[in-house]
Amino acid sequence: MRVFSTRHRDVGLGYVAISLVAVAVGMLLSLVMRLHLTWPDWSLPLHGPVLPEEYLAIVTMHGTLMLFFVLTVAPLSGFGNLILPAQIGTRRMAFPRLNALGMWTMWLALVAALAAFFVPGGAPIGGWTAYPPLSESPLAGPGQGAGMDLWMASIALFCVAGTMNAVITLTTIVKRRCEGMTWERLPLTVWAWFTAALLSVPAFSVLLAALVLLFCDRHLHSGFFVPGQEWINGVMIEHRGDGSPLLWLHLFWFFGHPEVYIAILPGMGLVSMVIANFARRRVFAYRLMIATTLLIGLLGIVVWGHHMFVAGLNPFAGTVFSVASLAIALPSSAKVLSWLVTAWGSRAPGGQRKPMATPMLYALGFVSFFITGGLTGPVLAQPILDEYLHNTFFVIAHFHLIMSMAAIFGIFCAVHYWYPLVFRRQLSERLGRWHFWLTLLAAYGTFLPMYITGLGGEPRHYAQLNGIAGPGARLLALTMPLQRHITYSAVVLIAAQVLFFWNIQRTARGPKLTEENPWGATTLEWAPGAMDDEGPKVRVVREPCCYEQDGEGFVPQWAEPEAVSGIPIPLRGEAE
Amino acid sequence: MASLQTSDVVRWGWFLPRDAALHGPALDAHLMLNLWIVLGLAVLAHGLLLVGVMVRRRRAKLPVVMLEYLPLLALTALFAWLATKSEQLWASQRYVGADPAAMQVEVTGEQFAWYFRYPGVDAAFGRTKLPLVSAAEGNSLGIDPTDPKGKDDIVTSQLVLPAGREVDLTLRSLDVIHGFSAPEMRLKQNAVPGQTAHIHFTPTVPGEYAILCTQVCGLGHYRMQSVLRVLPAKEFDAWLTQRELAKARFESEVSR
Repeated sequence: MRVFSTRHRDVGLGYVAISLVAVAVGMLLSLVMRLHLTWPDWSLPLHGPVLPEEYLAIVTMHGTLMLFFVLTVAPLSGFGNLILPAQIGTRRMAFPRLNALGMWTMWLALVAALAAFFVPGGAPIGGWTAYPPLSESPLAGPGQGAGMDLWMASIALFCVAGTMNAVITLTTIVKRRCEGMTWERLPLTVWAWFTAALLSVPAFSVLLAALVLLFCDRHLHSGFFVPGQEWINGVMIEHRGDGSPLLWLHLFWFFGHPEVYIAILPGMGLVSMVIANFARRRVFAYRLMIATTLLIGLLGIVVWGHHMFVAGLNPFAGTVFSVASLAIALPSSAKVLSWLVTAWGSRAPGGQRKPMATPMLYALGFVSFFITGGLTGPVLAQPILDEYLHNTFFVIAHFHLIMSMAAIFGIFCAVHYWYPLVFRRQLSERLGRWHFWLTLLAAYGTFLPMYITGLGGEPRHYAQLNGIAGPGARLLALTMPLQRHITYSAVVLIAAQVLFFWNIQRTARGPKLTEENPWGATTLEWAPGAMDDEGPKVRVVREPCCYEQDGEGFVPQWAEPEAVSGIPIPLRGEAE
Repeated sequence: MASLQTSDVVRWGWFLPRDAALHGPALDAHLMLNLWIVLGLAVLAHGLLLVGVMVRRRRAKLPVVMLEYLPLLALTALFAWLATKSEQLWASQRYVGADPAAMQVEVTGEQFAWYFRYPGVDAAFGRTKLPLVSAAEGNSLGIDPTDPKGKDDIVTSQLVLPAGREVDLTLRSLDVIHGFSAPEMRLKQNAVPGQTAHIHFTPTVPGEYAILCTQVCGLGHYRMQSVLRVLPAKEFDAWLTQRELAKARFESEVSR
């Protein structure tokens, strides 16, 4: 593999490597957070006790690394580059050199973000949302000086790289599909990448613009996000203008909400295809799945205000955002129903094939987390309930079950499913199953109790819950037994990931696979030579997921009709 | 009061703290309804998922309408019903302002403390100016000494309220965004620098309650806590009169 390669596979692997670095650091940071919350006097080896500002810096960087560099980069940029061209029957992404440039810009963004730890004052402490005036003045706290500037530079570079990749993805899907690959025959993965890329362009552009304005507020004393006069840490600051932090909230969440769909949509698409493949039947209500993907994307852009119910918005605006947010429950439910129906009765009749291979397990795990995390979305979408639950651990449980667990299970599913395609080796099923079950149970042990501590009133971003006097501390101290349980689970959850890396490491030395299509997949990336740079050109003659009634025989998208004339294909729109 | 019993704070198994505001029980009931529905749907969906992957392929053919559109229709009705119910609660609390007779208190957030200001006998708050803020001179809120309305304003570090009377809180912040939260009052609203926000509620049960900051505001965020003391109406009147007298004495000494 050449370092400055413009091949889509190398670029995709580069993006995946970014995510691997970010996920390793982000996971360690979360471990430090959990240990500190449970035992505040605990001394970090080679460092000493964790100070409150360090705790906030860790929270900020954990969110930044995970949201931007793991959940956006791996599913969309990483697997998009690795698999997308083969899945639509082209040899390369559009604009290969720009594509490689995007990946290297993303590396630069990651380096800038990590560098924030090593400057005077340390990393920023305002959370990944960076609300001004906290993010606007170095006086507001340690980390808000050089650390904050590095953070902004990092996210600006991320926006540039992300937009580049989104434009390339869109262009590739629109212009480079092979013969016969009509929009209706596109695998749902491609539809998901398409929608995520569509969302990325306005979301990242708006965030970049907001960052430029924040930069002006910080260094040129303009007043886009701060009032004309500010009083911070005993110092009066005058600005050339009279603005409002609410403008930042609007711009930030206009990016921030679509961002969560950018992260989860690729997983949804992949899970749809994987469940269909291992259940050996057509995706139930295929066209509706395309429609719901687009609808979730569309609604995702117009609901940013549900992060602002208690921020100082007009309560009538809260109502509008509430109704729009509740509406997302419907396309999401439609997707869950489709997954349930598709997976129904997937056990093999003959017992020759194994429907419960690890990619299927991860896909089902995705569905499970999506249900348990997603169902609390409508609860939080009601402003009257958000008035109580906003910024508590209830919210943390909600988005960690969806974002950190469902989306990560989507990534695990992708790794296990496509590993034989990319590396011609198969990951150990046994290790994979162990990893799956341990991760699933530990994740539920970690995140489900957070619903309860959230209901108990535990707020986010608290560096310490006990040891303070007053009724607030007495209230929070009640969550401590659960806190300890959450920390133990989190330690198991993180430890279980060793199995995954061990599996990858072990397989890298294992024997090569002889089978070209070990999962019996029907989508185009498994066509012979589809992943090569100079393979035979392929032609698509039907939609994906055509299987025989007994589930043994299947007809891939690329098989010519005369070769498979004897196989009856079930009708569309029915569950067998 | 230090040895508050667990049972005083936690009402029941979902860990929800005690509810001591007039609008609270309706909110709690709606929250519980939501949580039970969510739990039911989660169990149902997981049951279908587990049974689905255990059973072997069935031959019966069901149309899309039965498996997709009917359940979706039911869910639409369910969410519409929940939305209507919750919007009624939200509207009754937030669409209209406080009763004109409600007690006025101003809440100011500053890294990392809450200040509470009562308007005093003239029932009007004095003007504040940011350049006048000086904790060293005893003027943490920057009250303008030239404004006669501010002469009798009382500033406290605890929020003391009478039980059973509506309160209109005016929220503001001196420096960064703070989140004013009183979990036992089922109340939360951000205090945003450069603007004011109003929330109104009626505390019902006398006691000592938590006031937290729920918007990350800097390194002391976790200890930006205060006390909400709800007193029986008579005790509150005595407390307020005492404060007003002390303030009047102080002012007359300063002017002498």
